[in-house]
Amino acid sequence: MMRRTLLMTCLLAMPLALAAEQPSVQVEPPNLHGSRTVESQTGAAVVRDYLESWQAFRTAMDQNRADLLSPDFAGTALDKLTETIHEQAAVGIHTRYTDRAHHLQIVFYSPEGLSLQMTDDAEYDMQVIDHDKVLTTQHMHARYLVVLTPAEARWRVRIFQSEPAATPAD
Amino acid sequence: MNARFLLGALVLGVASVSLAQSGSLSLPPTFVAGSAFSLPTTGSGKAVFYIVGPGQALRRDVDLGEPVSFPAGTLYNAGHYVAILSSGASTETGQFDVVPAAQPEKISFLAKPSRLPVGLHNGISGAAYIFDAYHNLILKPLPVSFELSNQSSTVQARTVTTRNGVAWTEMDSATKQGSAKFVARVGDISSTRVIAEVPGDPCRLVMTARPDGKNVELQTAPLRDCGGNPVPDGTIVTFTESYNGMQSTVDAPLKQGIAKVEMPAYNGARISVASGVVAGNEIRWNGR
Repeated sequence: MMRRTLLMTCLLAMPLALAAEQPSVQVEPPNLHGSRTVESQTGAAVVRDYLESWQAFRTAMDQNRADLLSPDFAGTALDKLTETIHEQAAVGIHTRYTDRAHHLQIVFYSPEGLSLQMTDDAEYDMQVIDHDKVLTTQHMHARYLVVLTPAEARWRVRIFQSEPAATPAD
Repeated sequence: MNARFLLGALVLGVASVSLAQSGSLSLPPTFVAGSAFSLPTTGSGKAVFYIVGPGQALRRDVDLGEPVSFPAGTLYNAGHYVAILSSGASTETGQFDVVPAAQPEKISFLAKPSRLPVGLHNGISGAAYIFDAYHNLILKPLPVSFELSNQSSTVQARTVTTRNGVAWTEMDSATKQGSAKFVARVGDISSTRVIAEVPGDPCRLVMTARPDGKNVELQTAPLRDCGGNPVPDGTIVTFTESYNGMQSTVDAPLKQGIAKVEMPAYNGARISVASGVVAGNEIRWNGR
């Protein structure tokens, strides 16, 4: 089990030019309420794969390319994000997400190991672009409830759903 | 748009009109997934209204002064959204959330294993995720009842309240073999998994021996697990004979609950029997 808070800034070993684009990531110890214990390696892999899924999400939404999602998303999350991308393309917009901060906590690991649930108090900027015109840039704060399931070599996001954040950031 | 416009909200038939601040829309903080809503606008001219988030992207052409309506089932994916009213160089925006409908419509029930031995404490686990009609995870706590039943055993039942949309439990496998139904239920919605509860390892393994010419015929008593369930045919029983520093082994599958072999009859030989992790009795053969 992860017993201490890890603060990862992803800035280490990154060029300064890129560093500014990296979100800050804070991982809280799991709050499992008696469900299966999360080994530290499992927890690290889940966090790593989830953050990678944000990269895929950002690129797919910006380029309206649903095919970029499938390595990282599955099931309902993949279906819904794919549908959104198709809708974006149909109405002539694309969205540019820049995630600024992730505050992560694993809150459930099913006894049989088939699903894991994590919360992400996420802060991100969202730019809506109609063809080449930026319609708006919004700073968003939402609490994402994420369910991941193990695939062949990685964890894939199966549910990616936000709920109103408890305390708005802006 | 030349005129400044007002945007109010009419949600589920209830008017909630508010003035727009400069550059920002005034919207209800939340909408229920799949509900109909209408947004009155003021002013004149044409505009475009967008609702955009990870869950959906909608666009409507708007005649300012006329309400823009969204029928039931139009905006249904839970999540955080931005609304944009764009007219010429003027843009007004607002943020809101779509929350899951309260009514459960679907259970995603993960149960494991599909087959296990009888008599295992907490051997069966199940996790139930509860969704609304639009496959949004319902985060409001809901009671989920789990029930494990097998025709020849008492029913195990418990109710667990969901946390973040999921409830889970662990249950014991029955003492008697059979096909068990594992049901998760919330309201009128249920999901069932069938679990095969099979006999465990033999509880007691006893063989007898009798002479058969130059051989000794070895036969086990009918094998049962500790719950009295017959161990399935095909289970391998291993007979081992040691004599004068040599050892020979014969594997025999159970047939009608019994394993039977013939081995050379050496006076003074030691013969033992085992199946899986269970060791049986040992016989020292003296010709009788």
